[in-house]
Amino acid sequence: MTRFVVRRSLQALIVLALVSVFTFLIFQVIPNGSPAARMAGRTASPAQIAAIARSWGFNRPIYIQYLHMMDKIFTGSVISYSQQINVLDQIKRGLPATISLAAGAGVIWLALGILIGLLSAIRPGRLLDNTLGFLALTSISAPVFVIGAVLLYALAYRTSVLPSGGYVPLTDNPWQWFEHMLLPWVSLSLPFIGFYSRVLRGNILDAKHEDYVRMARAKGLSGRRVLTRHVLRNSLIPIMALWGLDFAGVVGGGAILIESIFDLNGVGQYAAESIKTLDVPPIMVIVMYTAVLVVVVAALVDILYAYLDPRISLND
Amino acid sequence: MSGAGHLLQVEDLSVSFETEGGTVHAVDAVSFVADAGEILCVVGESGSGKSVMTSSLIGLTRAENATISGRATFDGVELVGAPERTLERIRGAQVALIPQDPMSALDPVLRIGHQIAEQIRVHTSVSRRAAEEQAVALMERVGIPQARTRSRAFVHEFSGGMRQRIMIAMALSCRPKLIVADEPTTALDVTIQAQILHELAGLCHETGTALILVTHDFGVVAELADRVIVMYGGRIVEQAAVAELFDDPQHPYTWGLLGSVPRVDRPRAKRLPTISGAPPSLIRPPAGCHFAPRCPHAFERCGEVPPLAAHSRERPEHRDRCWLDVAEKRRRRVVGGDIGLAGGKETIVA
Repeated sequence: MTRFVVRRSLQALIVLALVSVFTFLIFQVIPNGSPAARMAGRTASPAQIAAIARSWGFNRPIYIQYLHMMDKIFTGSVISYSQQINVLDQIKRGLPATISLAAGAGVIWLALGILIGLLSAIRPGRLLDNTLGFLALTSISAPVFVIGAVLLYALAYRTSVLPSGGYVPLTDNPWQWFEHMLLPWVSLSLPFIGFYSRVLRGNILDAKHEDYVRMARAKGLSGRRVLTRHVLRNSLIPIMALWGLDFAGVVGGGAILIESIFDLNGVGQYAAESIKTLDVPPIMVIVMYTAVLVVVVAALVDILYAYLDPRISLND
Repeated sequence: MSGAGHLLQVEDLSVSFETEGGTVHAVDAVSFVADAGEILCVVGESGSGKSVMTSSLIGLTRAENATISGRATFDGVELVGAPERTLERIRGAQVALIPQDPMSALDPVLRIGHQIAEQIRVHTSVSRRAAEEQAVALMERVGIPQARTRSRAFVHEFSGGMRQRIMIAMALSCRPKLIVADEPTTALDVTIQAQILHELAGLCHETGTALILVTHDFGVVAELADRVIVMYGGRIVEQAAVAELFDDPQHPYTWGLLGSVPRVDRPRAKRLPTISGAPPSLIRPPAGCHFAPRCPHAFERCGEVPPLAAHSRERPEHRDRCWLDVAEKRRRRVVGGDIGLAGGKETIVA
């Protein structure tokens, strides 16, 4: 276990270093990337721009700028270019919305993905399976901004059943929080449900042909018991691993589109806005935060995997 | 055949599968009995229907394209077409299965002791603790060292032989009346095959359990079997008490099988005799005797299906499915001689 933690921590450091360097470099070579010019405004004189560049250190060598940025990030004093406010504070402000989105949607897509996968696998190739399979493919192929827009139009603009966007903190008003989160949850979950149900269906059908399932029947176990104790137990392991990583992706601000469509002001939306204004510090922080999250969750998934599947050892 | 007295009585059991290429008649009107405490060996080449027959008996052939007909009465209960609930109560409790490949027949993510205890708990009302104690005792009984510690291990932590011992422990766990073992040692190391089979036979004798043993191994048949069924192309072609079968085999296919076993008590042949040709297609089987196309003794009459009949009044239990009369068989029989050397499909080695 110690070895595993040490190795994964080293990996995380390497990932962080690479991700931060690449992200930093991308914004150095991008056209119109000069932050000083953008901060000075359209009517600024070259002298003003040079002054801004000097005061922010944009005129120094790139590697110095990079180290300077890293220093600020790790001491928590990194300031955005466009709004000139503390980036970490901004992210902290966005986290409750992002975590609300990920937690609610994660539960929904896991539960419904398993349920629908199970229903599809009971009688493969029959009407129910084919219908669910068609719906799954539709939800996987429909872009979230289409799903989100359609749901918004139908349930918020036309009928006003649900609010059209924004975020209400859970601690302010739980019911309004729920109302505001419902559409984002559903829109985000639909493609995941489709995907998870298909993966689980395949796993179940594979497992059903395993010798140990036939043997479980030969032992006299009832069909239901064979399904829950042997088929599902084995089929769900990869689903749990998948879920961990997808969940980390959403918490890490990956649901940029959903957050923007429903104006949740979460981390993803912050990332989207920062990219729009080529605001490097928030982008750097969010990218590194996501990378850490994914590495940590991947390690947790591996630990869970080793726990659920005794054939897997953490030290291989 | 009268029903009374036999533990298992199978009559006209047929199993066929609808496939894209046509209907596969895997088992074709098979009839036999198994009595309490005896060891019945079923032999025959791959694809002769042995495994399908045994798994159909306990309702494990459940593919949607399968059709099962005939009768199989176990201890007074009709198995063919029985409701799943009835079969669930019988499976594992009264008829236990030992599968071909113990590597894949155990659930990889559950502890061994738990998997044995699971079966005990399905069939008897004992506590989890008690069932797990029984599992440990069973593991000790089949010769697994440090059974208590090992019952907490997972299947990948056992060797092949140990895994098959676990399957045997599992089979014995509910004191079944019948154990069906489907080539239980083919997946094992040759060095321990005989050992495992002897242990299995010994445990069956000890507990009075009947054993249907599907095998390729004539050495095993000679040592362990009370009676033998020889299957070919989904049909029984010969059945007899074990001594009869070895001393006076009636069917040319049996001659071929016996002939392709190396013998230490005979001068070594340059090449082990084989039966030329391959088992018949079970989608379009030959019209008459299934073995006729490979049989060096076939004649016109073999275009009709021979009945499974006794060849002598003194020994009504020794039956075979061949048109040759007894004298002709005696004259032609060359067990261990050249039955045909070319292109044999499979050599059966003791």
